[in-house]
Amino acid sequence: MRAFARLLENLAFAPRRTAKTQHLLRHFATQPDPARGLALAALTGDLELRAVRPTLLRALVAERTDEVLFAASYDHVGDLAETIALIWPGPEHGADASLPDLVAELQAASRAELPGIVARRLDSLGTSERYAYLKLATGGLRVGVSGRLARAAVADYGGLDLAEVEEIWHGLSPPYTALFAWAEGAAKPASAARAPFRPVMLSTPTDPDALRALPPAEFAAEWKWDGIRVQAVADGGVRRLYSRTGEDISAAFPDVIAALGFDGVLDAELLIRRGAAVAPFGDLQKRLGRKGVGARMLESHPAALRAYDLMLWQGRDLRAQPFAARRAALEFAVAAIDHPRIDLSPLLPFGNWDDLAALRADPPHPVIEGVMIKPRASPYLAGRIKGHWFKWKRDPMVVDAVLMYAQRGHGKRSGYYSDFTFGLWDGDALVPVGKAYFGFTDAELRALDRFVRANTIERFGPVRAVRPDKVIEVAFEGLNRSTRHKSGVAMRFPRIARIRDDKPPEQADRLETLLEMLPE
Amino acid sequence: MGGRFLPCTRRARRYLHGMGAETVNTAAQMLEYRPEGLFCPAGEFFIDPVRPVPRALITHGHADHARAGHGAVLATAQTLDIMAIRYGADFAGAQQAADGPVRLGDVTARFVPAGHVLGSAQVVIDGPGGRAVVSGDYTRTPSPACAPFEPVPCDLFVTEATFGLPVFRHPDPGAEIARLLASVAAFPERAHLVGAYALGKAQRVIMLLRAAGWDGPIYLHGALERLCAYHIAQGVALGDLRPATVARGRKGDFAGAIILAPPSAFAATWAQRFPDPVIAFASGWMQIRARARQRGVELPLVISDHVDWPQLTATIAELDPAETWITHGREDALLRWCALTGRAARPLNLVGYEDEAE
Repeated sequence: MRAFARLLENLAFAPRRTAKTQHLLRHFATQPDPARGLALAALTGDLELRAVRPTLLRALVAERTDEVLFAASYDHVGDLAETIALIWPGPEHGADASLPDLVAELQAASRAELPGIVARRLDSLGTSERYAYLKLATGGLRVGVSGRLARAAVADYGGLDLAEVEEIWHGLSPPYTALFAWAEGAAKPASAARAPFRPVMLSTPTDPDALRALPPAEFAAEWKWDGIRVQAVADGGVRRLYSRTGEDISAAFPDVIAALGFDGVLDAELLIRRGAAVAPFGDLQKRLGRKGVGARMLESHPAALRAYDLMLWQGRDLRAQPFAARRAALEFAVAAIDHPRIDLSPLLPFGNWDDLAALRADPPHPVIEGVMIKPRASPYLAGRIKGHWFKWKRDPMVVDAVLMYAQRGHGKRSGYYSDFTFGLWDGDALVPVGKAYFGFTDAELRALDRFVRANTIERFGPVRAVRPDKVIEVAFEGLNRSTRHKSGVAMRFPRIARIRDDKPPEQADRLETLLEMLPE
Repeated sequence: MGGRFLPCTRRARRYLHGMGAETVNTAAQMLEYRPEGLFCPAGEFFIDPVRPVPRALITHGHADHARAGHGAVLATAQTLDIMAIRYGADFAGAQQAADGPVRLGDVTARFVPAGHVLGSAQVVIDGPGGRAVVSGDYTRTPSPACAPFEPVPCDLFVTEATFGLPVFRHPDPGAEIARLLASVAAFPERAHLVGAYALGKAQRVIMLLRAAGWDGPIYLHGALERLCAYHIAQGVALGDLRPATVARGRKGDFAGAIILAPPSAFAATWAQRFPDPVIAFASGWMQIRARARQRGVELPLVISDHVDWPQLTATIAELDPAETWITHGREDALLRWCALTGRAARPLNLVGYEDEAE
């Protein structure tokens, strides 16, 4: 438990992915089974425990501390588990307990036993372990580690291919002993589960210059839909919907699951579609990240699949076959499935690249963000392999915005103001419309940092407000309505494309210009 | 050193008009709160005033307690030295080093170690009403850099409450330093920047590192150099200290190094010279995660030179004063504790003491 507590502490404060990965690697290398596998499960959210509720904890702590002192402390600390860990009248350095024992105890506990068990553990554990125990028991680790990052760290640890790890992940269960054995040289565990995830084929960006060298006749093209890439699997009665990183998102999309009346694996775009009309990405976002979904939402935001590849069909693995053959099989399969929520991503007719450029320049629908170009001869290959699938995205949207605030960066950017908030004119005032922390070169970062230091007009902790003198060209991939932003819109994937030292701030864009870019 | 602390000038008497005229019967009447700070009418002096006054007794050299521009200052010799280092030799009209009890008007004042930083002291005031102890900032955790806190039973105890909440239970500082060294071992390619205030905390961190067996060089930001040199001159062994300058250096030179700096330096261009630094901060505030995250700290080190909650409440219980006054900090919680334990207490809400600067 000490090692787990230390891991949580390190992960919570590590500012970057690389540092988090290093902490995970060290943990996997130094901790035995099953403790390391349980830690992994706690991070990926795969640990099934009887959840300890905040009300239970509040009741326990109320028996042991003065309520006024507790309230003042909670107010200061701001986190219930942390407040209880610190205020609990237990030792600083307590007896250690093994993570497997603690997990087993919480798994076996009945509702009635739970308060007594939790209290006894808090009495004997040390401060840092009390915190880790409470986070484990309440189920919210919140250390900034996604399931994918945790799995990537396992792959890193064993020098394994992440795609292979993701492929078998859903057939494994805590404490992942076979997975760690594989990472340490034993045989790859057989995937026993039905409907596993299979790693997807990814594309690389291209442009007209690169395309000119390629013979158009050997390629097929499709629209690039602005939804999310999914894998729909139906296998012996088990149906699952996975994101392209292998997260199981079935629970949020029962309407799609209901449509998977076949035996096979579809590669498709998940969209919100009302009749034939595809809704903007913002509508899809409302249905993402949910544990369940209500009837009203299902009706107002109906999900659908737009299929573009077929990986398996009725027990046959098609991945080694060329695109053209898979496409024919896909067209047959979609017709056979014959479900209103599953349709086909059409192929685009083009004779040469100029034809395709013209199509790309004038797509028939705003929920298209470019074209996909696929060699007719390519097999289905896992990962982002150069020279096969290409994405030719539409040009990003751009606005000229004024730099408003800057915040210090971490790690390699320590000491530099590298996180920028920018705004557009609304009347005579600037309204913040987004934040960007990449897109610039090292030299541009140094120049921006110098500008921030020389033009600070106010400080709010680590944030500085700057004189509205610097215009930056912000590129972004899309725009959604947002009630959480003052401007009413949220940019997708904003980055600083250029510093416009040639442009005076009053000539920066106005908020209306941005609002006009909204879909619909 | 300038003239003597005593006697009080006529001008000062005019300034302090009327005070101390009434009969003093209890220790609580020996002190009162004024905008300038805590005042002793019977002795006509202030303790740690935040504005210039004719006569000041200074508990320790932290800038929020020790300010320049007083008429006369009485403090420990080390505190006077530290004030001279920070403000120049003429920081006050007159200076006197406390050496044993000093008679001031109707009271006698003496300086007793507070354990906070080098030179830090409590002011013990004996007078007709009994005994008042103004503790300044203090800790009960022993520090090799200064004399330990000496408990003095009293009638009126004036205490700080910087960490006056039951969540503040400072861990063993040795274990915190072990975490720093573990991080240095785990990330040998990265520099470790440890935020530490120039007086007290920097030397404390250095001595803890030495005690943990770190014999290599420790690099210092320029703002820490003079006070470290003063500690060495006072016989506090700090080992191999070097300036963290890169006039000749390249980024990689500080890989695996430990560098101490005032936390403000992390926001300055100064921090840009280090290879992918791990930002650490040695402070009692680091016990609260949100605080550490707000400050962009990757490695929080809970190392404090103040009393934590158990020490604070244990000290009040030990001294068992008739009355406790709370100068600054989280006084509400301490008042509650005093009420729960049947002790008379009162908040002073002194303004100007920076509870951030720990």
